[in-house]
Amino acid sequence: MEAVLLQVLNGLDKGGAYALIALGLTLVFGTLGVVNFAHGALFMLGAFVAVSVQKILTISSKVRDESVTFFEAYKETPYLEIWWGDTGRAIIDYSVPISLLIAIPIMLLIGLLMERGLIKYFYKREHADQILVTFGLAIVIQEIIKANFGANPIPQAAPEIVAGSADIGSLFGFEGIVYPWWRMMYLLFSLSIIGGVFAFLHFTTFGMVVRAGMHDRETVGLLGINIQRRFTIVFGIAAVVAGLAGVMYTPILPPDYHMGMDFLVLSFVVVVVGGMGSLGGAVAAGFLLGILQSFSSMTEVKAVIPGIDQIIIYLIAVVILLFRPRGLLGKD
Amino acid sequence: MSNDKKFTELSRRGFIKSSIAAASAAAVPTVFVSNANAYVNAPKGKTVTLGFNVPQTGAYADEGADELRAYKLAVKHLNGEGDGGLMNTMKPMALKGNGILGKKVTYATGDTQTKSDAARASAKRMIEKDGAVMITGGSSSGVAIAVQSLCQEAGVIFMAGLTHSNDTTGKDKRRHGFRHFFNTDMSGSALGPVLESEFGKERTAYHLTADYTWGWSQEGSIKDTTEKLGWKTKAAVRTPLGAGDFSQYITPVLNSGADVLVLNHYGKDMVNSLTQAVQFGLRDKNVNGNDFQIVVPLFSRLMAQGAGKNIQGIYGTTNWNWSLKDAGSQAFVKSFGAEYGFPPSQAAHTCYVQTLLYANACELAGTFDPCGVITALEGFKFDGMGNGATEYRAEDHQCFKDVLVVQGNDKPSSQFDLLKVVKEVPRKQVEYPASKLGGELGSCNNA
Amino acid sequence: MKSIVLSTKKRDYTTLLVFAVIVFTAPLWGKIIGAGYPDLLQKFAIFGLFAIGYNILFGLTGYLSFGHAAFLGVGSYVTVWSFKLLTMNAIPAVLLAIVFSGVFALLIGFLSLRRSGIYFSILTLAFAQMSYNLAYSVLTPITNGETGLRVLTSDPRVVDTALGYTIEGSPLATLFGTTLTGYPGFYFCAVVLVLGFWLSLKIFRSPFGMKLVAIKTNQTRMEYTGFNHRPYLLCAFVISGMYAGLAGGLLAVVDPLAGAERMQWTASGEVVLMTILGGVGTLFGPIIGAATIKYFENIFSGIGDTALAEIFSFLPDAVSNLLITIISPFVGSGWHLTLGILFMLIIIFLPGGMSQGFQKIADKIKQKNKKSSTSEVKLEKDGIA
Repeated sequence: MEAVLLQVLNGLDKGGAYALIALGLTLVFGTLGVVNFAHGALFMLGAFVAVSVQKILTISSKVRDESVTFFEAYKETPYLEIWWGDTGRAIIDYSVPISLLIAIPIMLLIGLLMERGLIKYFYKREHADQILVTFGLAIVIQEIIKANFGANPIPQAAPEIVAGSADIGSLFGFEGIVYPWWRMMYLLFSLSIIGGVFAFLHFTTFGMVVRAGMHDRETVGLLGINIQRRFTIVFGIAAVVAGLAGVMYTPILPPDYHMGMDFLVLSFVVVVVGGMGSLGGAVAAGFLLGILQSFSSMTEVKAVIPGIDQIIIYLIAVVILLFRPRGLLGKD
Repeated sequence: MSNDKKFTELSRRGFIKSSIAAASAAAVPTVFVSNANAYVNAPKGKTVTLGFNVPQTGAYADEGADELRAYKLAVKHLNGEGDGGLMNTMKPMALKGNGILGKKVTYATGDTQTKSDAARASAKRMIEKDGAVMITGGSSSGVAIAVQSLCQEAGVIFMAGLTHSNDTTGKDKRRHGFRHFFNTDMSGSALGPVLESEFGKERTAYHLTADYTWGWSQEGSIKDTTEKLGWKTKAAVRTPLGAGDFSQYITPVLNSGADVLVLNHYGKDMVNSLTQAVQFGLRDKNVNGNDFQIVVPLFSRLMAQGAGKNIQGIYGTTNWNWSLKDAGSQAFVKSFGAEYGFPPSQAAHTCYVQTLLYANACELAGTFDPCGVITALEGFKFDGMGNGATEYRAEDHQCFKDVLVVQGNDKPSSQFDLLKVVKEVPRKQVEYPASKLGGELGSCNNA
Repeated sequence: MKSIVLSTKKRDYTTLLVFAVIVFTAPLWGKIIGAGYPDLLQKFAIFGLFAIGYNILFGLTGYLSFGHAAFLGVGSYVTVWSFKLLTMNAIPAVLLAIVFSGVFALLIGFLSLRRSGIYFSILTLAFAQMSYNLAYSVLTPITNGETGLRVLTSDPRVVDTALGYTIEGSPLATLFGTTLTGYPGFYFCAVVLVLGFWLSLKIFRSPFGMKLVAIKTNQTRMEYTGFNHRPYLLCAFVISGMYAGLAGGLLAVVDPLAGAERMQWTASGEVVLMTILGGVGTLFGPIIGAATIKYFENIFSGIGDTALAEIFSFLPDAVSNLLITIISPFVGSGWHLTLGILFMLIIIFLPGGMSQGFQKIADKIKQKNKKSSTSEVKLEKDGIA
């Protein structure tokens, strides 16, 4: 029983993460009709905002380690700690949440630049062209990050207070249901971001215009509305969402330059299974894939179908697409 | 241009002659096919070319970069530049600091991308185009095994870089391949006694294993050792390579009744699974009256950095660490540190040593002919290279030497001070009969 | 489009002849650009073939498959198994590779072609990733997992044994006594490439090819005319799958090894990139694209600072140092960066790929000097279908 509950929880956790990572992708496709292969790179850039913030916060005074003679090794103490003691330590401790705030303007800027500088020229081009150009961009971004930060993963810690795990089973009278705080926060975070984006599109005038533009761009344009500018902003928002997903993911997965590529396929599968352009679909698909992946990884399941955990994501994608031509919630 | 034409005629004539030897000889303008070579890429002129095949892109790019640094340093030292490094401490040594056999050492580099296909392609380029007489490098067992068999076919020597699977010098060993790095069997034997003294005999282990040959190899070796100690094995779960998020495999560990988690992961997988396992509070748990423990049988300092504080206190093994105090290690750290400003990784160390060993064997044999070099390397005993008295066993081309059991350092004195050497396990304890891992060396190929 | 209509048999033969000459003289001109060694030339031919086949599906029908590497992988595995169980002769091995990958493509194509657009792409991607993941882990008894499937001296090889052939040293693929490594291996691939090119030329010119283009241009209209397009699509899919299988087979012929990573989505992505880079739907484009990417992967990645220093050694030190500082991030381990930039530049400024670029240059030259237009330029023109 505990084992099953734990897997359910794990599935929800994964699902939330998948949905959030895929959200920006489906938003861009739904509004702009652009297949953005650089989406993974945006996710990765978000994570590296966190890395940079941490690097800046931990700029350290270096005391040479005299026992090492052949090269210069330093014992590093961050200046923040030296100047402000415990307060400084606490600021460093909270570098990931701080990065969340800093990532918003940075990612927005990156998103706007990307749309204005490149994507806008590709609205009318074929999907294949969009894929190639954004893929090329993803490689370029990735290589720039690699040149600056190296290829190895760089650890990011969650704040001390939520670094461990919570015995949440005891709240409901179960034993042994322990789950990391940070992962639960990720779930809440992704639900609220998804909710926020959804509300933005549905309950604001801006959102309504964007949705109208999704349906019939020309008519909206004829009404004298600058739909192009709104689309640019939507792309910026998608970049912010991808970036925030990246920042939040760093304590779970120490970021490296290649993490965007690793998540690219996954986010595409989530989006397509949910239905291209459908926000609700991405969420539904995220949770479906998360929970099924979690269960298929259980030893008991793997004993019956060997290797199922390796292919489950793709298997679901195939089954769903064969029975629902436009994904779970997609429309024609 | 006329030269080129002549050349094609020759290579056309060589059309029927099929060996790579003929083809690659035809590719080098200064050499004529009729001038039959004794062996592939026999160095003509005043230089000899070595091929350094390391991952320059992909997950192991940093490790590859460190390997390349070591190779360049080795070339310098062989050519008599720099401070000589391990050439000052290696015993016995036939090298003179004037290149190899009087020929200046040059090199070609290739990017393995940590993919067998790409690695073989770049190795082939270095053999066929650049005229490399020896290929070395690699940061994964799959790649090492693939390139090793290529070198056997092509008739050049392969000096393996970082490869830890038993198979490299076990079931996939080749006459032309040599490995200085240790393997999973040795990791197991070295780790066993330490695990026993630290954690006792009443333990239940849970394995998470990367689902490919190296992972299985290590899982088998560690299981063997721990079960001999009296430990039980609760489960051994295979995880997909590059899974990223391992949480779905970690949750079942929580209430499984196991009190030790063995992570048979390397590189990014290791960093991720360890980070996440610690996040799940495994190390704070108390099961069956024991503190829950995590073991990472193969450690790499370079990769361990990615796990941050999570590696503190965790046991594992490593081939070599820069903090060793013997003369050889010191000499290597000194010249590497002077050159690049930071300490070498274990990958760098093994690659450097391999290059020197190859060069030395050429000097001993008096030729670059692979058959002669192989004879010189087989059973070669040496010391002063950082791992104590070492022997290249003739039966399987595996180096036997002391193995380090290390622990993540909880009070690092600097950013490089991540691993603490707990024990230098003597060579005798990690030796095993060559027949144990099977395989067939085959014969030397200098056609 | 125009040239399809205008094309005559004679022109096709000229095209083929010129193509064959270019391919067979590759060892010559390859040397000038530092690519004149067997392994890379083999890769040019093999991946050229792969891309030609892919172009029949993608270029003609517009269906973007992200799973063709799976067929390449199947071709490789089948070939190696044929070497292990039957004979080291390359002919049966390659034929088997075509058959098996064709069957596999039929299965996957039948399912995937029920959808179109990005949904089709994801279906093919999913099938290929499943194949890759399973080949890497659970199917290790068949694929030998990470290490890759290799031919061993101890393998049964029933046909060879029955005929009394024995293997000395490492088992290598043969063609009736000629070992297919090095240049013989390249010429074998080159012959297959020329044949594959000829077939693709024929398909482009055939009514079948026209129908495929019609499907691409306007599927709905085709449907209204009562035309059932799916069998045609499936046929194109299977043909391109067989090309991929053949390419995979050839990879295993010149180097008897098959590894799972050949099936990974990035490998599928690579052939997409090759095709688009060279020019989608053109005859020569895919081959140019394939050669470019392989050239980058093998030659660019091997250029280090020392090699650069040699290249610029004729310049004064200060200038050469400056040049090296500027160029070195783009070569050696930075070859990915150059490739990424190249993709972007090509797709932004030359949507038709490199062959469009050549076309433009050719037009310019023609304008300047109508009389002296060389046959080579003409050829490029012909290439743009």
